[in-house]
Amino acid sequence: MTITEKILARAAGKTSVSPGENIWIKVDTLMTHDVCGPPTFQIWKREFGEKARIWDKEKVVIFPDHYIFTRDQHANRNVGLLRQFAGEHNLPNFYDAHTERYKGVCHIALAEEGYNLPGSVLIGTDSHSCTSGAFGLFSTGVGNTDAAFILGTGTIWEKVPESMKFTFEGAMPEYLTAKDLILWILGDISTDGATYRAMEFDGEAVFSLNMDERMTLTNMAIEAGGMNGIIAADETAQRYVRERSDRPFEIFNSDADARYHSTYRYDTARLEPVVAKPHSPDNRDTVRNVQGTPLTKAYIGSCTGGKMTDFMNAAKILINQKVKVPTFVVPGSTEVAARLETETYKGISLREILSDAGCVIARSSCAACLGGPADTIGRSVERDVVISTTNRNFPGRMGSKKSEVYLASPLTVAASAVNGFISDPRDFL
Amino acid sequence: MAKLITGRAYVLGANIDTDQIIPAEHLVYSLSDEQESRQYGRFALSGVPPERAGLPAGGIGFISEEQWQSDYSIIVAGPNFGCGSSREHAPFALQKAGVRMVIAESYARIFYRNAVDGGFLVPYESMEPLNTRIRTGDMLEVNMAENRLFNASTLESFSLKAPGSVLPIIEAGGLFEYARQNGMIK
Repeated sequence: MTITEKILARAAGKTSVSPGENIWIKVDTLMTHDVCGPPTFQIWKREFGEKARIWDKEKVVIFPDHYIFTRDQHANRNVGLLRQFAGEHNLPNFYDAHTERYKGVCHIALAEEGYNLPGSVLIGTDSHSCTSGAFGLFSTGVGNTDAAFILGTGTIWEKVPESMKFTFEGAMPEYLTAKDLILWILGDISTDGATYRAMEFDGEAVFSLNMDERMTLTNMAIEAGGMNGIIAADETAQRYVRERSDRPFEIFNSDADARYHSTYRYDTARLEPVVAKPHSPDNRDTVRNVQGTPLTKAYIGSCTGGKMTDFMNAAKILINQKVKVPTFVVPGSTEVAARLETETYKGISLREILSDAGCVIARSSCAACLGGPADTIGRSVERDVVISTTNRNFPGRMGSKKSEVYLASPLTVAASAVNGFISDPRDFL
Repeated sequence: MAKLITGRAYVLGANIDTDQIIPAEHLVYSLSDEQESRQYGRFALSGVPPERAGLPAGGIGFISEEQWQSDYSIIVAGPNFGCGSSREHAPFALQKAGVRMVIAESYARIFYRNAVDGGFLVPYESMEPLNTRIRTGDMLEVNMAENRLFNASTLESFSLKAPGSVLPIIEAGGLFEYARQNGMIK
């Protein structure tokens, strides 16, 4: 069996499962946020009625993160509804906005707060819930109805996915990041190339990545339609989890004779920095081919590209430089924001490097990755041409339907921000 | 669940993502408040670029200005319908606009689950690309017992893929009804 099949079999209480089989599985963690939490709670109340009970309060995790720093009354009401629900039910794992407990983007916070336990099943009301699979667990996104069902029963049905395996051989060159790897894959298999399938990542280059970078790989599994992205938990992953949680976990690995729908092999030395051109994450091209495309904005943030390593990469290019277009830096979490002050490159704090380069440093949240209310910082307007470390560039994703978004690594975004047009990071490193 | 669904077609292209179905800025409205939730119908498919709205020449609005519901109740689209975010607001918005069925070449997993488990609409898969054979405004009849689509405007008929293992959930009208009928919950 593959690692995904083994975890699902355990969660279904079976010795084995096969792709295509419909199974009911037990959920270990249910995550929700301000956009989908309120309707989830409403469905739960409506369907379970007066006797509605939460199956396990310890297993429910709530991170307001989408629309936090806005004057939009409806958006603020949703955060209020989370607060009210968490209060009514004494939920221990609620990280309220505008308090010291506030964390920022849920997928990054799940890792930092120690919820990503290898071998477990994590379901979130957000498509990028696949991010947690970087820790060798099964994680996927669902809608409000499924989440409400889990909230009352602790179970969910899933069709066991076929697995696709992506192996990256060789060392990671300094000009490549995990973002480039996943954009390469997307260009090869397209935005529905992994629909209803597991995407398993393997190989020397993958296991040389730190957890931030591994999370970038699994994060964008959904951009290929993947049910989940997954990387077996090695010593690096286990150490990260042990530093943040004292709960037990179980390590699973794919068998040598596991069956795959398909396998892909890449030699990292033969890959080069890439972008996804408008208006689809699979519209891959090399940076060299689009070099010179004029820009109006640059954006470094989100669950995909707003982690510590993303800002370290950006800082390597932005040190002693000035950006030529408005450049927004949105730390994925409050922990990342705090570490921008303490972590240094060439003896200078990342915050100072980014700030001296002229970047606007915003507060942690999902912000303009998904457009958001009209007063969201960094939101695209009119015919903006944006280069961004985020995950989607469908029409209107970052705000304006008329804008164009190029997705790229933080190295490429930083290099492009300095020139004001799309630029190859190899010319800076 | 009605076995025969009729309505006018609204035709779309490939990869209609959830931001085109309901742009993220509108996700702030209540889904349970009857008055307020009408906003979702009003803004359904408002993220589709005008040049691709209703294909093939574009420019066909899904909903007329100042209306809360669409004249079209069956969406005909290309592959990967509903890709992108997990927002259940997407099938909800289509339902609020009056859509009862989507016929696409394929679906993103979460949209498909949401449509079925929430009982918002019936997601059918077509056997062949239909968005080049059917035009916006065509009168369609879908016989769910026979998985067959009849275009009353052109008198053409097409087979659709049977829903398979999720059919019991579709027939029950959603996951909760299905679970109650099967004694999984009370």
